[in-house]
Amino acid sequence: MARTLQRSHPLQSYESAFAALPEGISVKAEPYLSMTDLRLPEDVDGPLGKALPREPGGWVSTADGLIVWLGPDEWLVLSGSRGPGELEADLRDLARPNQGSAVDVSAQRISLRVRGRHARDLLSGGCSIDLHPSVFQNGRSAQTTLGLTGVVLLALGADGDDFRILVRSSFAGYLAEWLVDAATEYR
Amino acid sequence: MQLIHCPWCGPREEVEFHYGGQAHIAYPEYPSALSDESWAHYVFFRDNTKGEFAERWSHSSGCRRWFNAVRDTRTYTFLKTYKIGEVAQ
Amino acid sequence: MSSERVDGSSRVDGYGRLDRSRTLRFTFDGQPYTGHPGDTIASALLANGVVVLGSSVKLGRSRGISASWTEDATGLIQIEEPFPEPMLLASAVELVDGMVVRGLNGQGRLAEVPDAARYDRRHHHVDTLVVGAGPAGLRAALAAARRGERVALIDDRPEAGGSLTGSETIDGRSSRHFVASVLADLAEYPDVLHLQRTTAFGHYDDGFVLALERRTDHLPATEAGNRSRQRVHRIRAQRVVVATGAHERPIVFADNDRPGIMLAASARDFLHRYGVLVGREVVLFTSHDGAYDTARDLAAAGASVTVVEARPQGPALEGVRAIPGARVIPGARVISTLADQEHQDGRIGAAVVIDAEGHEFFVNCDALLLSGGWNPTAHLFSHVRGALAYDSQLGAFKPAQSVPGTEVVGAAAGEGIQPGLVIWRVPGPRERQFVDVQRDSTVADIARAVGAGLRSVEHVKRYTTIGTAHDQGKTSGMIAAGITAELMNRPIEELGTTTFRPPYVPVAFAALAGRERGELFDPARKTALHEWHVKAGAVFEDVGQWKRARHYPKPGEDMEAAVLRECAAVRTGVGILDGSTLGKIDVQGPDAPALLDLMYTNMMSSLKVGSVRYGVMCGVDGMVIDDGTVVRLAEDRYMVITTTGGAAKILDWMEEWVQTEWPHLKVKLASVTEQWAVFPVVGPRSREVIGEVFGDLDVSNEAFGFMTWRDTELGGVPVRLARISFSGELAYEVNVNAWYAEAVWLKLLEAGAKHNITPYGTETMHVLRAEKGYPIIGQDTDGTVTPQDLGMGWAVSKKKPDFVGKRSFARAENQNPLRKQLVGLLPTDESTKLPEGSQIVEFAADGVLPAPPVPMLGHVTSSYRSAALGRPFALALLKGGRERIGDVVHVPVGEQLVAAQITSAVLVDPEGARRDG
Repeated sequence: MARTLQRSHPLQSYESAFAALPEGISVKAEPYLSMTDLRLPEDVDGPLGKALPREPGGWVSTADGLIVWLGPDEWLVLSGSRGPGELEADLRDLARPNQGSAVDVSAQRISLRVRGRHARDLLSGGCSIDLHPSVFQNGRSAQTTLGLTGVVLLALGADGDDFRILVRSSFAGYLAEWLVDAATEYR
Repeated sequence: MQLIHCPWCGPREEVEFHYGGQAHIAYPEYPSALSDESWAHYVFFRDNTKGEFAERWSHSSGCRRWFNAVRDTRTYTFLKTYKIGEVAQ
Repeated sequence: MSSERVDGSSRVDGYGRLDRSRTLRFTFDGQPYTGHPGDTIASALLANGVVVLGSSVKLGRSRGISASWTEDATGLIQIEEPFPEPMLLASAVELVDGMVVRGLNGQGRLAEVPDAARYDRRHHHVDTLVVGAGPAGLRAALAAARRGERVALIDDRPEAGGSLTGSETIDGRSSRHFVASVLADLAEYPDVLHLQRTTAFGHYDDGFVLALERRTDHLPATEAGNRSRQRVHRIRAQRVVVATGAHERPIVFADNDRPGIMLAASARDFLHRYGVLVGREVVLFTSHDGAYDTARDLAAAGASVTVVEARPQGPALEGVRAIPGARVIPGARVISTLADQEHQDGRIGAAVVIDAEGHEFFVNCDALLLSGGWNPTAHLFSHVRGALAYDSQLGAFKPAQSVPGTEVVGAAAGEGIQPGLVIWRVPGPRERQFVDVQRDSTVADIARAVGAGLRSVEHVKRYTTIGTAHDQGKTSGMIAAGITAELMNRPIEELGTTTFRPPYVPVAFAALAGRERGELFDPARKTALHEWHVKAGAVFEDVGQWKRARHYPKPGEDMEAAVLRECAAVRTGVGILDGSTLGKIDVQGPDAPALLDLMYTNMMSSLKVGSVRYGVMCGVDGMVIDDGTVVRLAEDRYMVITTTGGAAKILDWMEEWVQTEWPHLKVKLASVTEQWAVFPVVGPRSREVIGEVFGDLDVSNEAFGFMTWRDTELGGVPVRLARISFSGELAYEVNVNAWYAEAVWLKLLEAGAKHNITPYGTETMHVLRAEKGYPIIGQDTDGTVTPQDLGMGWAVSKKKPDFVGKRSFARAENQNPLRKQLVGLLPTDESTKLPEGSQIVEFAADGVLPAPPVPMLGHVTSSYRSAALGRPFALALLKGGRERIGDVVHVPVGEQLVAAQITSAVLVDPEGARRDG
């Protein structure tokens, strides 16, 4: 049945604040991405095993999204084209024979893209890990703390000016306030 | 702010971690077979070592994995961290 | 207070690195003065002839400026404008136009208006951090940069160069060229961070240094823009190079606290940096060759200089002996001072000198400069437990061992400091010999401490308060140790020195707080419906970090009225709650049933797919830690619901067991707290509302029984419904992906409108559950309560061989019939709402509380007014409570004893007749 219900997300009310950020910093909400938490034994093999980033703190692109390392037996699979239920079902079919698990967590977190020449400086105001592009570059990710909330932080690009942040939905408003406030420095 | 080496994520600030008490205290196989006193020892009694002490930590704000550490309680220095199921070298 | 404008500036031409083409205006104690860009308040005041700044805290003696930077023990001021700030050092505050400054008489004044300035922080990661941009620090930074390292170079003064005056020669060039060329080289490296006005104030484990950058105070208001005023840099360095130089050491004699008495090198600094000649008639009291640089430079600038040299032979080096315009009195000492007769404000007028032959005489002076040697500034080394050792040549402690990851270079390591005669004090009246001039602490105070039997410098410090002022003993600490050793007749090597602890300089709390103020102080967690609650006029309460709608008052309603209305609506019609904050954990895998059987007191493996069971979790000690429902989604999949406050804790708890104790179990956990929006639709009319919204579903009791769940869909979106009740009423819990939370909520309200569906908040939820005797873990329990104490023995499996907590139930103490048990309390006056936390005592027939000690029987854990009962009621933990149902006890409320009857905890619908509608 065609979907007739309206969706909403926790960053809707920040769109104008994001649009008004100063030059050198851009923040954009990326809502409604399907996400599944995938758990598999550490030694899982086969095509599924090969597709997964195995190194701690890594992420890889896929045909319709990306896969982020969350732990030695845990990954976050994101898809821009499959629906939440479809993604979970696909992965559960793969996980089950391996005695793993697949859980739809599409609304558990929301994604934000933070870009611009001030992006790294801004994030370093609230994040204790090393964000230098020689260390934290395209393909690297970290579960850490930004301001006072936990995030999954992904590095995009090679210049340290492009990041994706996955934040728990209930903390998204706080993080948005924090980002907008931190950008005051560049006005 | 100390750094603690998560066996997976590498060095992170200590605020990302939770302390889990003394390591290698196994849950008794048959609790019902224990005397009240032996059970109380499992529940309430832990070593209070001066010097090297094996303890459990969880990278709670990171990968959420539990691991073991050997720490010098006199200096707070982490001498080693190792995965659950591994033995401290 | 005495301060005055003196005609005739002490500014000298041809000196100083000021922008003399521009004039800055400021006032001090109401008098207008001028200075120039590059001045500090201290240099501008001295240039204007202002010598006395305030008076001391204890004795009220006049205080002036005794050093040119943060080691100054005396020159404290209050800034009134641009923003009130107390206890700043005149020597360390850069002058800006329009400043309003007061001298301090002891204490300062905090601002009474909020500070609108921004404070923030930055994290840095470097290979090498160099603290101090003097010659040693500059060289270390450049060498590291050339090795390709990531480098941070920080220095506390406005400009690099450290103690260099600009007139020296380094590597064949003028020192000013040396500094400029190193900075230019460093600027070429993209991974070199160079910050001036940035003070490293603490050095911690694993190469972690905190530094405070003063970013805007030196700028005119128009130029500060949106920059944060101060920034705390959190620098993580593989290697920390401490190049922080040395502090000059005074010598103690009687009346050594007068304004006009200053460290020698500071006088030189005032001359070269600010073009200020601190005196025309200068006495310099020293015991080492290094101080002669000051004598020479001040003489060259026009001062007449008398050097009172403690060494009998005079200076050791040939070159320093003959200084034009200076006379040297070898083998002499300053023993006391006299006040200036003209000004009558306590400032220096003459030094009393005793020469080698024992003759005493006066030397008139308007400045008395002191140099007893130099103390390496080893604070940042000491912070990381670096051991210091006494160097008898220097008369100071310097870094002894190596500390991994920390290097000390230059004067901070004792390098380049010329040895001299070590002299802490000259003989004289102890009670007038000041050791800590800010604290008004004297040699007599040390003598009292030693006389009282104190044997450790740490104890002497606390007894005398020496070294506890704003400067933390930068200049007084070493001489205090030296004098203590002398008085105790012990070698100073044995006695040691006090430990340096962070912060190196005072740091405002505002800077430490950074942006964590106001809305950003603590994250507010919000549900997907938060905006709707706001629009609906909800009053919120904090539950952990969550903002939860507590009640929805209508115009004119207070909380009590709103809650009574909401409660009545739920028990007679239909209400709806945003329950999305409940913790939710997906438990998946073939061993999921086995894990839950171990975690819960009751059996979860026997739960049928499609059903729901209430469960209790205990710690190994058998005490309740959480409760909630468990939904069986599939043979190998459950959803566990925790309390709102327990969500993270219970997931961590379960993970700990799975990861550390039972790694062989094939089961995985995932938090889905924010994934699912949860709306209980509650009350006798809830079936009609749910039936209308979910038309495809048979919502009858026969088809959809209590404690079961069904999957359905709404508008193409999957929805899960569960017959769970936390109120005893017929209820359907609606679960949906939170993307659709608002859409589903609005559909439910729309369908419920004809039944007058009433949104209700957490307060109503609490009342309704309490009427049914359902405990709130953490409110009705406190970590000492078993399931049996709560009357939930029925939820404790007798069949399972083991689960977490089981063994503890068999402990003798947990079998005690006098344990506190959950009961209801009904105040017999039917009107008093017992305050939560009230104690319960035995009924006193005379209505008077007996004399103490009064045996305490327990306490009130929850208390509300009940719409259903038409009276207030309470839940309580009461000793042997269940055996006492029907008894009357007393609850002291203020001065009154309120009688209350003990009842079952279940006060509404004890038969459970309402849950099926």
